[in-house]
Amino acid sequence: MPDTQALVSEFVLKLKRRKVEGSHATARQTAELLRSVISQQRIPHTNQAAHLIEAVKVVGEQLISANPVELAVGNIVRRVLHIIREEDLSLATTAVGGLGLSADSDDDEDAERDDRTLLSATAVAAASRSTLRAPALHTLLEDIPDSAAAPHTPSSGGESEGKSKSDKSVRSRKLKHDVIEAINELLEDIDTCHEQIAEQAVEHIHQNEVILTLGRSRTVMEFLCAAKEKKRSFRVFVAEGAPRYQGHVLAKELVARGLQTTVITDSAVFAMISRVNMVIVGAHAIMANGGVIAPVGLNMVALAAQRHAVPFVVVAGSHKLCPLYPHNPEVLLNDLRSPSELLDFGEFSDCMDYGIGSGAPLHVVNPAFDYVPPKLVSLFITDTGGHNPSYMYRLIADYYSADDFVVQRRTALGS
Amino acid sequence: MAQKKGVREDADELSHVPLQAVLLADSFAQKFRPITMERPKVLLPLVNIPMIDYSLAWLESAGVEEVFVFCCAHSKQIIDYLDKSEWLSLPKFTVTTIESHDSVSAGDALRLVYERNVIHGDFVLISGDTVSNMSLTQALQDHKDRKKKDSNAIMTMVIKKSKPSSLTHQTRLGNDELVMAIDPHTKELLYYEDKVDAADGMVTLDKGFLLDNSAIKVHNDKEDCYIDICSPEVLSLFTDNFDYQHLRRHFVKGLLVDDIMGYKIFTHEIHSSYAARVDNFRSYDTISKDIIQRWTYPLVPDIQFSGNRPIKLERQGIYKGSEFSSDIQLSRSAQIGPFTLVGSGTSIGDYSKISNSVIGEGCSIGSNVSIEGSYIWDNVTIRDGCQLNHALVCDGVVIKSGVVLEPGVVLSFKVVVGPQFPVPAYSKVSLLPQPTNQDSDEELEYADSGSRILDITSLNRALEVPNGELSRSSDNAEVGVAGVGYIWSVCEGGHEEEWRHSVAPIPANKIAELRKAPIEPDTPKLEILPAARVKPDVETSDSDDDPATDDPCDFDKEVEATFLRAVHEGVDQEHVIIEVNSLRLSYNMASLDCASAIFWSVMKLALETSHCTEGELFRNAVSAITTWRDLLRHYLQSIDEEIEIIMKFEEMCLESAKDFAPVFAKILHILYDKDVLTEEAILSWASEKEGADASDKIFVNQSQIFIEWLKEAEEEDDEEE
Repeated sequence: MPDTQALVSEFVLKLKRRKVEGSHATARQTAELLRSVISQQRIPHTNQAAHLIEAVKVVGEQLISANPVELAVGNIVRRVLHIIREEDLSLATTAVGGLGLSADSDDDEDAERDDRTLLSATAVAAASRSTLRAPALHTLLEDIPDSAAAPHTPSSGGESEGKSKSDKSVRSRKLKHDVIEAINELLEDIDTCHEQIAEQAVEHIHQNEVILTLGRSRTVMEFLCAAKEKKRSFRVFVAEGAPRYQGHVLAKELVARGLQTTVITDSAVFAMISRVNMVIVGAHAIMANGGVIAPVGLNMVALAAQRHAVPFVVVAGSHKLCPLYPHNPEVLLNDLRSPSELLDFGEFSDCMDYGIGSGAPLHVVNPAFDYVPPKLVSLFITDTGGHNPSYMYRLIADYYSADDFVVQRRTALGS
Repeated sequence: MAQKKGVREDADELSHVPLQAVLLADSFAQKFRPITMERPKVLLPLVNIPMIDYSLAWLESAGVEEVFVFCCAHSKQIIDYLDKSEWLSLPKFTVTTIESHDSVSAGDALRLVYERNVIHGDFVLISGDTVSNMSLTQALQDHKDRKKKDSNAIMTMVIKKSKPSSLTHQTRLGNDELVMAIDPHTKELLYYEDKVDAADGMVTLDKGFLLDNSAIKVHNDKEDCYIDICSPEVLSLFTDNFDYQHLRRHFVKGLLVDDIMGYKIFTHEIHSSYAARVDNFRSYDTISKDIIQRWTYPLVPDIQFSGNRPIKLERQGIYKGSEFSSDIQLSRSAQIGPFTLVGSGTSIGDYSKISNSVIGEGCSIGSNVSIEGSYIWDNVTIRDGCQLNHALVCDGVVIKSGVVLEPGVVLSFKVVVGPQFPVPAYSKVSLLPQPTNQDSDEELEYADSGSRILDITSLNRALEVPNGELSRSSDNAEVGVAGVGYIWSVCEGGHEEEWRHSVAPIPANKIAELRKAPIEPDTPKLEILPAARVKPDVETSDSDDDPATDDPCDFDKEVEATFLRAVHEGVDQEHVIIEVNSLRLSYNMASLDCASAIFWSVMKLALETSHCTEGELFRNAVSAITTWRDLLRHYLQSIDEEIEIIMKFEEMCLESAKDFAPVFAKILHILYDKDVLTEEAILSWASEKEGADASDKIFVNQSQIFIEWLKEAEEEDDEEE
């Protein structure tokens, strides 16, 4: 498809030039791109799911290698792959189920029966074994409404429309249609994740508390503002987040919303931490072990928080959940940026005169990210609620298929 | 109304015209010879990526939509490369090549671009060896705003702060110290001098600058990035002035001097972003290191900005080709030091040590090899036990076992160095013989059209000869047994300069030498004087044992400068004496030398005051001598000094100031009249000269009458007594 190819190469170029800033924008654009790839993909009658998966993988591989540091790209690619698998599975299930059941059975009854079976865990386990689907822990926890919306809702939608199952061409159109529907829901999730996270703010921020944050994260900003809107009064310390000083921007935004804000230097964090009730920060990515890849300086904050037993809370949308482990060779943990963010080239140009060769010219290292190990994190707040670091792997199992963890050519060749 | 409409149309036009760029894929210089004999400079790899890719990637990301690549030397190679690359297939980015075979300078190139009539609006002018990550938005906006206000603001030049070394008087990129005068408010460029004469270290600014501008800042810590934002007028200016060749030396200076047209050049200083141009081997080294240190982010090896192979960054700035493409075979005992890049497909043997180097793809490096600060391109074979020190090794070179490359060596394509052969420092080895018409003429670099064309033809001839036959048969001995290649002789005098522009750092003994060079006495009245006083090389090289031997010339100039200040600024004679005395002490000179230096300055002043006839010259001399009589007399304490200045005067008449020759006798008389010289001195000078040969006696003969008269007067005196 020449059309999508142009789109893909344009986006790849943008990623390579590091022109897409932030995981939110990246995730959104990746999902939109994959949606158009899928919608323009012509699929044969047989084995459509595999075909779609292959198409997405080809594109996904390019996207991931274009900017391996931005893990959100890989996350979205894997989620789309997961969606395709789920949809395929649910269609197959309804087809098989429909054949197995008496042809004249009412679909509503069918659904009801499904709902009833959900109540019993053993029944679910049995059903899942029969449908080869990993048991979603969320489906067991009835008190969480609308949980795991993305994978679950479309599958139920698929079941309800399962009437016209026998016609193959209809099925093929349906798979594509369902997948695109599901991606739309994913996009909606990405868009609303800030609000959904912010809704939980009141439960965590209490009256007259002191909150510390570092750098700027839109999620954190909306989280704090939501608490403010609910008439909570509290103070915020903003560590400026050298060398990019995004904290200054955050401080401006918070003051504009009428929050009591204090800007401190990063190095003052340890001095201030004893007065802080809670640390709330954003993240670049959350790894499968519950570790966090976060803007540089956060490990220091986390250690300080641990020393003074201050809760360290990470807020992040579910698109930042990465199914990889930080020790995985696929994961590029860090991005070393230009030293010019730290110091002025002109002022130090004489320290870097390699011609004079006085032995040791000046070296400047400017890593973009820190790794915060899971034991330092008290709580993750995602759009599906608050979670313990040790629960992350489980959450990830809901969003991703184990088959897709590696989206590299090796798998493509193998499969 | 009509005017308004015009303005609106203009604005519309500005917004619709896609941003264009002219990329000169030829530097019109020969600093990268002999490598550039076989491959154009823009295709030479910089940290394993051809330079032109850096330039194009930057243009693309800076929002340029249309690039015209001007290629001249090896144009076919460049066009082939671009055809294969991904640059031609990018959306919203078109690359068009303009080919020429007879352009010899940037001026010719721009004239050709003008003829093609492809540039419709403001454009970016860079050369294909520029590495940058700056954002053009601000610079472009400023340029357009200025252009709207003043249609004469036709060019914006990007500059960057970079301090030149106080020892070598060159920037870290190996360029000469650059002096610019900039109006701090409008950022207008008023003065540009990139060839500050190291000998007198003097920069002369027109007084008019001070009258016309409320403030002037003179910088010597700015670097020209060679990125220009030009209005279309620039092209037509080049066409109008067909003698403009060099962008800076002719065009910029020409515009700055020209008052009639009133065109103006402005500067845009960048702070946080990077911009530099690979101009010589030194800048090749420096910019490579800057890239490895990530100053050029996101144009760094581990980000694939131009279809380059994936590379992984490890701790301590070690870059390794990714394992997926093909394996790097790295022996367990091999040590790879910090800030090193190893391309994919390269194998490294046991106990080899590599640090601060760039190794290309597909190289095979034997065991016990030590590589330090070197640049090794693709498919190079290095056998066991070699030592490479700050060398540049091109594609396909074979270095047999036990070879030692001294600092600054350049091995061009496919050279073979025989076993155990030590390649001397700064030597350049190529398969092609050195073109015979390459003389020591410094102008060669900006050769006028004649010699350049000759050059190309001779080069073609060289290429036509089958390489192997020619070199293998004749020159085995040059690079060791079974070696292939010619060692290029460095043009005379050039060898002294070689260390300035080499990939190797400046050797320690040179630095020590430069440090020893005379320290300037503080002359606070010379704010504009950059301390560029070091007379490089020619003298300093033999001055290790006796630092004073190179001084007399300097001393004379120094005294003259002091004296001229006194003349022009009306400094008191006493102060001049104090200053000259301090100079004498710092240069370790005798008062004899002071006398002759002062006298020389006085006479030079007379000479330089405008005159047409001998009579006028004579009058000038008389007035100068009269004015500075006391100063002269101060230094003429004894007969010896007086004789010394007569000799000096004689020497002047013969050499530097021949204008004085006809009036020698008259001036001698005046000097006597004004009591500067005594008769004893003149007579003893005359008697001293008596034995000399005829050619030495011209002036004695000329003043014969005067001398006779003096003798008579003396006798009369005697008689009277």
